[in-house]
Amino acid sequence: MKYSYYPGCTLRTKAKDLDDYARVSAKALGVELIEVEDWQCCGGVYPLGSDEIATKLSSVRALNAAKEKDQALVTMCSACHHVIKRVNDDMKNVEDIRTKANNYMGLDEPYQGETEVLHFLEVLRDKVGFDELKKRVTNPLTGKKIGAYYGCLLLRPGKVLGFDDPENPTIIEDFIRAIGAEPVVYPYRNECCGGYISLKEKEMAENMCDKIMNSAEGFGADMLITACPLCMYNLNKSGKLPVVYFTELLAEALGVKEEVQA
Amino acid sequence: MQRIGVFVCHCGSNIAATVDVSKVAELALMEPGVVHAEDYQYMCSEAGQAKIAAAIQEKNLTGIVVCSCSPRMHEATFRKAAERAGLNPYMVEIANIREHCSWIHKDIEEATKKAVILMRAAVAKVNLNTPLQAGESRVTKRALVIGGGIAGIQTALDIADAGYEVDIVEKTPSIGGRMSQLDKTFPTLDCSACILTPKMVEAAAHEKINIYTYSEVDKVSGFVGDFTVDIRKKARSVDMDKCTGCGVCQEKCPSKKSLNEFNRGLNNRSAIYTPFAQAIPNVPVIDRDACIKFKTGKCGICSKVCQAGAIDYEQKDEIITEKYGAIVVATGFDTIKLDKYDEYAYNQSKDVITSLELERVMNAAGPTHGHLERLSDGKAPKEIVFIQCVGSRCSDDRGKPYCSKICCMYTAKHAMLIRDKYPDVNVTVFYIDVRTPGKNFDEFYRRAVEQYGVNYIKGQVGKVIPQPNGKLLVQGADLLDNKQILKEADMVVLATAIEPNPDVRKIATMLTASIDTNNFLTEAHAKLRPVESPTAGIFLSGVCQGPKDIPETVAQAGAAAVKAIGLLAKDKLLTNPCTAQADVLLCNGCSTCENVCPYGAITYEDKEVNDHGIRETRRVAVVNNALCQGCGACTVACPSGAMDLQGFSNRQIIAEVDAICR
Amino acid sequence: MSSEKKQAEKIKEISGVNPLKCMKCGKCSASCPSYNEMDIKPHQFVSYVVNEDIESLVNSKSLWKCLSCFACVERCPRDVKPGKLIDAARQIVVREKGKDYLKADEIPELLDPELPQQLLVSAFRRYRR
Repeated sequence: MKYSYYPGCTLRTKAKDLDDYARVSAKALGVELIEVEDWQCCGGVYPLGSDEIATKLSSVRALNAAKEKDQALVTMCSACHHVIKRVNDDMKNVEDIRTKANNYMGLDEPYQGETEVLHFLEVLRDKVGFDELKKRVTNPLTGKKIGAYYGCLLLRPGKVLGFDDPENPTIIEDFIRAIGAEPVVYPYRNECCGGYISLKEKEMAENMCDKIMNSAEGFGADMLITACPLCMYNLNKSGKLPVVYFTELLAEALGVKEEVQA
Repeated sequence: MQRIGVFVCHCGSNIAATVDVSKVAELALMEPGVVHAEDYQYMCSEAGQAKIAAAIQEKNLTGIVVCSCSPRMHEATFRKAAERAGLNPYMVEIANIREHCSWIHKDIEEATKKAVILMRAAVAKVNLNTPLQAGESRVTKRALVIGGGIAGIQTALDIADAGYEVDIVEKTPSIGGRMSQLDKTFPTLDCSACILTPKMVEAAAHEKINIYTYSEVDKVSGFVGDFTVDIRKKARSVDMDKCTGCGVCQEKCPSKKSLNEFNRGLNNRSAIYTPFAQAIPNVPVIDRDACIKFKTGKCGICSKVCQAGAIDYEQKDEIITEKYGAIVVATGFDTIKLDKYDEYAYNQSKDVITSLELERVMNAAGPTHGHLERLSDGKAPKEIVFIQCVGSRCSDDRGKPYCSKICCMYTAKHAMLIRDKYPDVNVTVFYIDVRTPGKNFDEFYRRAVEQYGVNYIKGQVGKVIPQPNGKLLVQGADLLDNKQILKEADMVVLATAIEPNPDVRKIATMLTASIDTNNFLTEAHAKLRPVESPTAGIFLSGVCQGPKDIPETVAQAGAAAVKAIGLLAKDKLLTNPCTAQADVLLCNGCSTCENVCPYGAITYEDKEVNDHGIRETRRVAVVNNALCQGCGACTVACPSGAMDLQGFSNRQIIAEVDAICR
Repeated sequence: MSSEKKQAEKIKEISGVNPLKCMKCGKCSASCPSYNEMDIKPHQFVSYVVNEDIESLVNSKSLWKCLSCFACVERCPRDVKPGKLIDAARQIVVREKGKDYLKADEIPELLDPELPQQLLVSAFRRYRR
C-alpha cells in the first residue's frame, strides 16, 4: 500500500508526535507514506468565500502531485484533511473554481479532482481494516477507557467529507476497540473546541473545552484522543483529562512506540 | 378534401390578454381546408358550443379545431358538442393555446405567433383525420383494495355496501394498519381501538368482503374494468380453517427474541405470533426467519401443543388469480428512519423516541402496559420535551420537503393526555409553526396550552445531549425570546416525518399508476379528480396519495369507493378507438412491438399475404384492440414503420410537425 | 443600486446562499456553540441580509465569535447555512483596507510556547485579508 503523504505545517513543528508515531505505525502495518515533495501549507482554514481561488491553490498542488504518482493522498491533521478534501470536492464539482484554479496552475493536464483524499484513520478503516489492525496489535491497551474527540473538521460538512455520520460517528471508537482499549461515547465528541478563536478569545475556547472534558469525564473516560494539533492545544489548556494523538496509542499498541523515542 | 371550422376561445382574459385571438381566427382562414373561423369569449359555454354546432350544420363541416385550453380540460366537452351536431367526435382536434401558450408567455406578439403555429398543426392533423368508432369492453363487477388499514377497510365497506364484491389484500398478518397502533385519536380523544375494531369486525363479517392477510399483490395485467391480478398468499404455516385462536402456541413458543413490529420494536414477540389481541383474523403466523423448527429442524413445540392440529410447517406460498373491474390503492405510510438525524440522539438514547413509539408506550397493550415510563430505566419521567418537524419541511437530502400534516395535532394530543394523567409532569413542545386547520383543531391545540399548561416554545432543537446521570439535555432556540435554551428532560419525543409505505413504488409500477418525487401516488387532477389515478380504473385512498389524518382518510376512502362503484355499476365501457394496427405488408415479424407492449395486446400469427402479386405465408404482428390502450410504444419501436396508431398515425404526426416547421 | 443593496448582493454571491430559502426554524441558533457571545444571532443573519441591513452586520461582534464549526451548516433543514453568511460578512470586512481584526504587532503577546502554528495560520485566514 503506497500513498502520497501530506503532513502539514504543524506536524513539522509543534505536533511532531502526531507525525512520528504515524510514520512508525504505518511502517509496521506495511503502509508506505511517501511525503509529497515541496508541499505548502494548506492555510489551516477552508475559505468559505466562493470567490476565493488563490487560497485553495496549495491544496491543488498537493492533490495534483498525488495524481501524477497515481496515488491517494493521505493526511494526518484534521485541519489539513478538511481543507484538502473540500478543495478537492470543489475541483471535482464546481466548474467555476476548477476553471479558475487551473488557469492559475497552468498544468499540462488540468486537475479535475481525480485524487482520492484519505485521512489516516480512513486508511486504517477502509484500506488496512480494523479487523486486520486488531490482529497486528502486539500490545493491546486493555483497560484504558478512552474518549474519542472528533471536533468539527473531520466530520462537517458531512456530505463533502463523507468521513462518518457527523452526528453519531463511530470510526475512532472502532479504532479504540481495535487497539484493545474501551471507547467511551460522550455527546460532546463532535462539538467544537473553539478552534482558531483561542488566539483572541481565550475564555470562550476554555469554556467550550471544559464542556467537552466534563462530558467525557462524566461518562467515565480516562483520556481523550484526537487527530488535530489545534484541538490538542485547546483541550490541554483545560487540563482535566490527558489528551494524546491517536497515532501515539496506535504506535504503542503495535509495539513500535520506542522507535520514535529512540 | 375536408371542410374545417376553427374556433378560437378567449377564455375570458386567460388567453385573450396574451394572444391576439381575432388574428388567430383570421389567419386560420388561410389554411388548407378551413372554410370557417371565429373567436368567442368562452367556447366551452352553452353559447360557445351552440356556435360550434351551428357552424357544423350550416357550413357542412367535416372536422373542427378548437383553439382553447388543454385537451385534458375540455376535449370531451367539444367532442360531445360535435357529436350532437352530427360530426364524428374523432374529427375534433384541440390546439392548446392556454397552458402551452398564453399562460407561459408575456409578449403578445410572440404568443400570438405561437398560437397560430399550434392552430396550423391542429388543422394539418384534422385534414388527415378519419371518423373512428369506439368499441366496448366488459366490466368485472369486483373490486380489489390493496392495504387493510382504515383507508382500505372503509373503502371496502363502502363498495361492499353498494352490493359489489371486494377483496382486501393486506401484507401483514392482520388488518387494522397504523390506526390499530394508535392509543387515542384527536380531536375527541376517543380510544383508537374502540372505533377501529368494530370496522375491522364489520369488514371481516361482510358477506361481500373477502380478506387476504399476510398476502401481497404479485402481478397485475389488463385494464380498466378488466384487470387480472395475481395475489400471493404467503405461507402462514398455520391452517386458517383449523386454528381456533386459543394462543397456546404463542405462550409455549421458546423463541421469544424477535422484535415486536406492532410495538415498533420496543419489546419482543414469539416466532409464532398474532400481532395484537384484536387481530383479524385471529390466526397466528410463524415468522420462519425466527422459528427454531425452520432454522434447525428441531423444536415443533407449537405443533405439539396445538389441540386443533392447525400448525402446518409444510405450507407453501399460494398464488390466487382473480379478475377485478377496479383497484383501490390504500397502502398507507410509515415514519421515516432517523439515522440521518442523530443530533437528536435517537440512536444514542432509549429515552429519545418517536411519537408513534409513544403511542405504544401510552397504550395498555404496549411494552410498558400503558405506564408512562422511560424505556432505559423504567423510571417515571418528570420533564418531557417534544420536538416538531423532525424530517418534515426539509429541503436538504436528509428529510422530506413536505409538511407531514398530522404531527401538530398528535403532539397536542400527547401533551394534553400526559398532563391530564400525570399532572406533575412538565411538557414542553419546540415548534416551528403550529398548523392546526380543521374543525375543532385549533381549539384543541389551544386547550393544550390554556387548560393543560403545555409549554410551547417557538424554535427548533439543535442537539439532544445525553448526560452521565441519564437525563437528556435539550439545546434549543427560543426565537420569540431570542434565547438559546438548555433544558434538562427525562424523555424526548420526536414528531417524525411520515412517508408513503416503501412498497408503493413496486405496486405503482405494476399498476402503471404515476407517483411523485416523494413516492406519493399522483391524482388525475389535483383539485377536481383527487381520488383517481391518471390510470383508468385505479383509485387512491388514504396517505398513499398524501399526508392526511383519520377523518380525512375516511372521507377520501369513501370518495374512492364512490368512484369505484361508479365504474362497477356500468355494464360496458366504451373503449378508446385510437389503437394500434399493423400493416402486414410492411411487418417483418421481428417481435420488437410485442416486447415493448405493456398491455400484452400484440401477438404474432402466420398470415397469408399478397405482396405485389406474390402470395406467401408470413409471421406478422396482430393487435388485440380490446387490450390495446393506444400508448403508441409499438409505433415508435417498429423498425419498418408497420405499426400505426389510429387517430395518431405517423402521417398525421408528420403533418403536424411539418405545419409547425413551415 | 444602493450601496447597502450592493453589499447584500455581494454577501449572497460570496456565500452562495439564498436567504429566501430560510423558514425561520431557528435550528442554527439552537445549534450554535457561540450563541451567547453573539449580538446578532445566527438565525438573524439571514433576515439582516434579506432586509439589506449590512451596516449592522459588518459592525456585529458575532463575526468574531463564530467558530466556523459548521454545526449550523450541517443541520440547516433548508440548505441556507447561516455560517456561510457570517463568513461572507467577515470577508467583506477584512477585505476592506485597514479593517483587519488581527494586527501584526498584537501577535507577540498572544503567543505561548505550546501554541501550534496551525492556530496562527487559521487566525490570519479568518481575521485578515
